[in-house]
Parts: sequence; C-alpha cells; structure tokens
Amino acid sequence: MEKLGGIFNPSSPEMVVMAGLTYYIIAISIGILAIIVVAVTYIVIRYRKGSKDSSEPYQNFGDLRLEIVWTIIPIAIVAVLFQLTCSTMRAVDPPIGDHEPDVVVTGHQWWWEFYYPKSGVLTANELHMPVGERLLLRIESIDVIHDFWVPELGRKIDAIPGHTNYIWIGAGEPGIFLGACAEFCGTQHANMRIRVIAETQEEFNEWQEQELVIPSTPRSGIAAKGAELFQTKACMNCHTIVGTPAAARIGPNLTHLNNRQTIGAGVLTNSPENLTKWLVNPQKYKQGALMPNMKLTDSEVNAIVAYLEALK
Amino acid sequence: MSTRIPLVPENIKPLPSLKGNEGMLSWVSSVDHKQIGLMYLMSTLVFFIIGGLEALVIRIQLAQPEFDFISPEVYNQMFTMHGTTMIFFVVMPFLIGVGVYLVPLMIGARDMAFPRLNALSFWLVIFGGILLYYSFLTQSGPSEVGWFAYAPLSEKPFSLNKGPTYWALGLLAVGISSVSSGLNNIVTILTMRVKGMTMRRLPLFVWMILVTSFILIFVIPIIASAFAMMLLDRLLDATFFTPAHGGSAILWQHFFWGFGHPEVYILILPAFGIISEVIPVFSRKPIFGYSFVAGSTVAIGLLSVGVWAHHMFAVGLGNVANAYFSLASMLIAIPTGVKVLNWVATMWGGKIYFATPMLFATAFIIEFVMGGLTGVAIASAPINWVTTDTYFIVAHFHYVLFGGSLFAIFAGVYYWFPKFTGRMMSETLGKWHFWLTVVGFNMTFFIQHFLGVMGMPRRTYTYHDLPYWGSMNLLSTIGAFVLAISVIIFAWNIIWSLKHGKKAPDNPWNAWTLEWYTTSPPAVHNFNLVPPVRGRRPLWDLAHPDQLDEPNSKVV
Repeated sequence: MEKLGGIFNPSSPEMVVMAGLTYYIIAISIGILAIIVVAVTYIVIRYRKGSKDSSEPYQNFGDLRLEIVWTIIPIAIVAVLFQLTCSTMRAVDPPIGDHEPDVVVTGHQWWWEFYYPKSGVLTANELHMPVGERLLLRIESIDVIHDFWVPELGRKIDAIPGHTNYIWIGAGEPGIFLGACAEFCGTQHANMRIRVIAETQEEFNEWQEQELVIPSTPRSGIAAKGAELFQTKACMNCHTIVGTPAAARIGPNLTHLNNRQTIGAGVLTNSPENLTKWLVNPQKYKQGALMPNMKLTDSEVNAIVAYLEALK
Repeated sequence: MSTRIPLVPENIKPLPSLKGNEGMLSWVSSVDHKQIGLMYLMSTLVFFIIGGLEALVIRIQLAQPEFDFISPEVYNQMFTMHGTTMIFFVVMPFLIGVGVYLVPLMIGARDMAFPRLNALSFWLVIFGGILLYYSFLTQSGPSEVGWFAYAPLSEKPFSLNKGPTYWALGLLAVGISSVSSGLNNIVTILTMRVKGMTMRRLPLFVWMILVTSFILIFVIPIIASAFAMMLLDRLLDATFFTPAHGGSAILWQHFFWGFGHPEVYILILPAFGIISEVIPVFSRKPIFGYSFVAGSTVAIGLLSVGVWAHHMFAVGLGNVANAYFSLASMLIAIPTGVKVLNWVATMWGGKIYFATPMLFATAFIIEFVMGGLTGVAIASAPINWVTTDTYFIVAHFHYVLFGGSLFAIFAGVYYWFPKFTGRMMSETLGKWHFWLTVVGFNMTFFIQHFLGVMGMPRRTYTYHDLPYWGSMNLLSTIGAFVLAISVIIFAWNIIWSLKHGKKAPDNPWNAWTLEWYTTSPPAVHNFNLVPPVRGRRPLWDLAHPDQLDEPNSKVV
C-alpha cells in the first residue's frame, strides 16, 4: 500500500498534535454516529407499521428528564473539546515574542517567494529547511489573498495583502513535503504549489551557500547569446538574475533556477527539455499565468535555456 | 361553534385560481400565496437542474488527475455559479416558497399579510437569477471568483471582467427579496393566526419559518451593504476592500461571513421544520418535546449571528478570537443535538409508515448527523487549520446542505405534492429516487472527507497524481452521475404525477395540521371554515374528540 499523505503522515511536532486532536474528535464522532445509526435502525425494524394495523400508538408528548439528560451530555462533550482546542492552539501557535522571522513568505499570483532575511537568500516555490529546527515564517501577499499550507507539516495560514501573519514550522524528518496555496486566488490557484525540502543542517548550509554565489555571465557560445537575449527580450522586466542589471521581483528569481526541482510553481519538473517547452509557450502549461507567451523563436529559446543552465 | 374568518374582504371577481383557465397571465399577475409558492417551487426546480449540470461539469473535470476537459477559467466559473445557484436560487427560494405556500394555510389565514410584497419578493428572485445568468452572455463570461468573492480578488485590477458585477447585482436583488419575505412572514405569523392558534400551538414548521425570518431581516442587510460597497469599488473606484489603496481585505470577510454563517441556518432551519412535520405524521405520534424543538430553534437563531469568524480561522485573527469563535460554534451543537434526539424519540414507539417522505426524513437524520459531527470537529480552530479549504469542508457542507436541506426538501415535496396539486406522486418512482439519491450522495461526498485530510485543496481545477487521489476522485464523479440519474427520476416523477398521479384526497397522510383540512388543491380563499384550534394538532382533536391533545385547557 502506498503511503497516504496529510494527517495520515504527520511529520512535524505541530502536525502530530493537530492530527492527534483530529483523530480524537473523529473517534468521538464515530461513537455518536454509531449510537444514532443503531437507534434509527432499531426503530426502522421494530416500529414499522403492520399492513393491517390501523390503530394509533401511545401518544407520548415528551419527557423533561430526558431533555435535560441529552442537553447536559453534549455540554460536557463541548467542554472537553474546548479545553483540548485551547491547549492544542497554544502548542501549535505559541506567541512570537521578539523572534525575527527566519523566512519571509510572499504569495504572488501564482507562485511563492521565499526570502531568508538572515542570509539574504531569495528563492521561489521551494522552501529549504534544516530538520529539527523550528522556523518562524512571516507570511505576506503582494496581490490577493493566498494561503500557505504544507499538509504534513502544519496549519494553514492566510497570506493577506496589508496584513502580516506568522507561523512556526518545522520538519521532524528529512524529505520532500508537498504543499499548495489553499485560498482560492484566481485562475491558476491549482498550480501554486509548494515543495518543502527538509534536509540535514549540513545539506541546508551547502544549499544556502550555493544560493548566495553570484554566477558569472557566460562570455561565449550560445549561452552568451542567451544572456544578451535575457536583457533585451523583456525577461528582465520581471525576473532577477543576480550580478546582471535584471533585478525585478515581479516573477521568480531565476539566478539559481538550476537548483530547483520544478518550473512554474510545480507545473513541470525542471529539466532543459521542459524549460524549453515552457519558454516556447508558458500559457500551454499554465493557462492564465502572468508570464505571457513571449513569441521567442526556437533558437532564442535554446539560447536562453542554455544561459539559465549555465548559471552556477 | 366554529369561526369564520373573513380576514381579507372577498373580491367581486374571483382571483385567478389554480383550476381556472386564465392562462399565463393568471400566474404572472397573481398575488395569491399558493400560486406564488408554486412559482417559487417550479423556478427552483429549473435552477436545481442548472446548478446540478454545473456540478457535473466540475466532477467530470476532476475525474482524473491532470484532466483537460475544460479550461481553468471555465472551471472557476462553474464552481462559482454552482455554489451561488444552489444557495441563492435553489435551497433558499425553495424554503421561502414552500413557506409562502404553507404558512397561511397552517395558521388558518386567507393569504400572507402583504400579498403584493409577496409577489415582489418572488419576481425579484427571478430578476436576480436572470441578472446572474445573463453574465454568461457577456464577453468574459460569469464571475470566476467563487460564491464568497473574496476581496481583493473580486476587485480591480484582479477581476476586470463584468462577471462579479452581474453577480453582485443579481444577489442584491435576491437580498431585497429575502428581507421583504422575512418581514412578510413575521407579520403574517404574528398577526394573522386563526383564533386559538397560540404561539405554543404553532406548527413547528411555522416556528422555524418565523425564526428564519428574523435571521433574514437581521443578516441580509449586512451582505446587501457589502454588495453595494463592492459595486462602488468596482464601478466608481471606491476602495473599501482594496488594501493597495487603504481598504481592508479582511473587512469583506467579516461582512460576508457575518451574513454567510447565519445563512447556513436560513438554509437548514426551515428544513428542520419540514422534518418536524413529516416525522410525527408518519410515526403516528406527536412531536416529542415540542417546546424543546421550538426553543432550541430560537437558541440556534441567536447563536448563529455570533459565530461567523469560524470561517476565518486561517486569517490570523489571534488565538483569543479563535478560542471564542470555536466555543460559540461548538455551542450550536447542543440545541441541534436536542432536535435530532427529539426526532428519534418521536419515532420511538410509533407505528411508522415508510412512504417516500418518511424515507427521506429518516435518511435526513443520519446524513445530517454526519454533517453535524464534522461541523463540530471543524469548529475547533486547530482542526479547522487542517481541514479548511480542503475537500473535507466540501464533504462537510454537502452533508449538511444536501444530506440535510435537500433531503428535507425532497421529503417536503413528496409530502405536500398532493396538497399542492391534488395528485399523489408515484411511490415506485419515489423509492427509486430515494435509493439512488442515498447511494449517489454518499458515493460522491463520503470519500471527499478522506481527500480533504489527505491534502486536496478545494477550488482547484486540476491535481497531481498522488497516491489514491485519482481513484477517489473517480469514485466521487461516478457518484455524481448516479445522483444525476436520481434527479432525472425525481423530475420525471413530478411531470408524470401532475398528469397521471392518483387523485389525492384532502388528507392523504392522515396528518394533523390545518392545511390538510381544506381541499387538495386548496380553493382560492383557502378555507370555507377553519376548524376550532384547541391544541397543536387540530385535525387529531377533530378525529379524536375523546382524546384531545390538551384535555384540560378551555375550549376556544
């Protein structure tokens, strides 16, 4: 049997607590449902009217004691539930205090920007984090309301323009955890995915160093042509490549696109072939995305792909 | 001695009647509550079929991962229109319409307090529906921002198409209609009851309509103002909900759910009323704990306006607000549980006749309890953080709105069809309809609980091929087609029974409320004579003079 996701695979301390509460309430609910189903089934079998029977049954108008009993029992259940709710909420969502955020998450239509203020790393759609660390994320939005959600690691939190939110998130084990935008945010809401890459502290440090390298611009061959096209074909109006004049933050930072696993916030796996397909017509793979079909010729596409692949 | 009630002076020329032959004009120009009620019901059937087709398009698109049946824009339009249609043009007008038909009959009145206002309410719903669906003819199609139309997505510059404008205008018309229906119901119920029909003897359906009407007049103005502000933003460049210009995106959510959560009770309380009429009649027993059923409704009505932000647990309002809204929402489980147990206790010890209305009412109890229990779970903020905006929520509210409201509506249609039309509906087709609905409904929505907690977000036109997602979604889609067949049978049953159904006697179910005293269908003036009302079940008292419901009270 393949592994189920979500609450069936809680992979952070926060998620373990929340999944535990969910299981607990589901168990109570199944108990209550079972009582009702058994009672109704019994009634349906026992109190069905006989075909010849035309007499009326005993006319019972109610019973005050029963009413009191079945008002008090739910009150008790609600009291327990409320207590558990509050303790879980405190565990999952403790006060921030004077912590500085480890990552600033900004929702864009339809991709995520991740900025690590302590190191200066700026990346997109893939959130690297060291295993066992509890990170504080500051959640913002540049346009409409989005929602940051990685089902196996924790809660949902809205990314709202004009309103800053914080969540704590950590991964208890290494691995890749899939997430997505959970608040409907327009045409490509479905393709606004998150990958959390939880890795050892050494791997994380190594990744962070790679991300901070300022790549040299290729000086010869097709990649050099790509570098020139990048600056002249309007790519630079939206994207950043560190070490070049391209510094816009409308679209994802492409400096270390090589390091990322997917293109288009999870639409395609990242490979030169897929990058080529994407550049020929992004609208084919992510219809409605804000990146238009740039009407590049095949040789222009190949040159830009070669350039982006050469950035190391 | 019985009382004659000329509450409204009789016209010299009779009003258009159901049996008359004045053609369409008699309907279009009618101010008769029965004709208006029937027009409500007929139009909701049409909208129900349209909304159902939209649901099928959604389910086809989701039948397999990365499927390419429709574009993302069309998908987003479909779920927006499906939700809007089912809530504002099916469940709400059905329940208001069946109330308009039955309330005057149940309280022994000649008509609603304001017959012309009643007609206006109905035609405003139709007008709103036309405005909403007209947006299909505009260049960019209908709204694609969801039935909740969160700002700033629904605002410039993120939605430059005309869809949301038509949407807001259409719903504004429906809002005016709902407030006037609410007022009309309240005045009718408070002032036009026949002698002897005290508030403690009011049929429970009328109680539920009364509480619903109070909710309507309190909460619809909230959303109507929000629609007006949204239209100002969109058309006149105001900035109420646009953070980029100093507005607030969260404010819209407070307005929307300030209306939106009480709306849930607007959609379910009259359904509770139908169930509270059907279950006693088919169990041959009075309702168990009448005052607790009525009183718990009032409790739900009061609580309903103080729980809205449980739709906003992911907004980040802080844990104090989250704790309050968790508790307030969980409290609603208490009066709701009281109701369910009273229905079960009513059936207990009865002699139950399982005709189609009772089948739907019995299934309602189970399906609604399912939806209610998941409702309590998601009222807990941490569980809500896990489940909100996933298919778990889709499953939850379909158990409440379909398994709850719609099952009750089906029960009501089979129950009152003989009174409305003078003909019985086919029991054979009714049973096919019932079983296919139960199978199709649970097949479509039960599995979605699992999809949700496994991490499938709502409102996504496509999804990756993660373990079991494809097969679970396919099962759900097949269930939707079973439901579609059940709806075809239902519609056919109505059409067939109108022409060929067995002629209905005045009181085919041997029921006890006043509407069953008059002819089927009722005469234009409703009653020649209203029987004396000495208890909650006037027709029981007539049939059992030796065993009155309230033997010690003075005969009125």
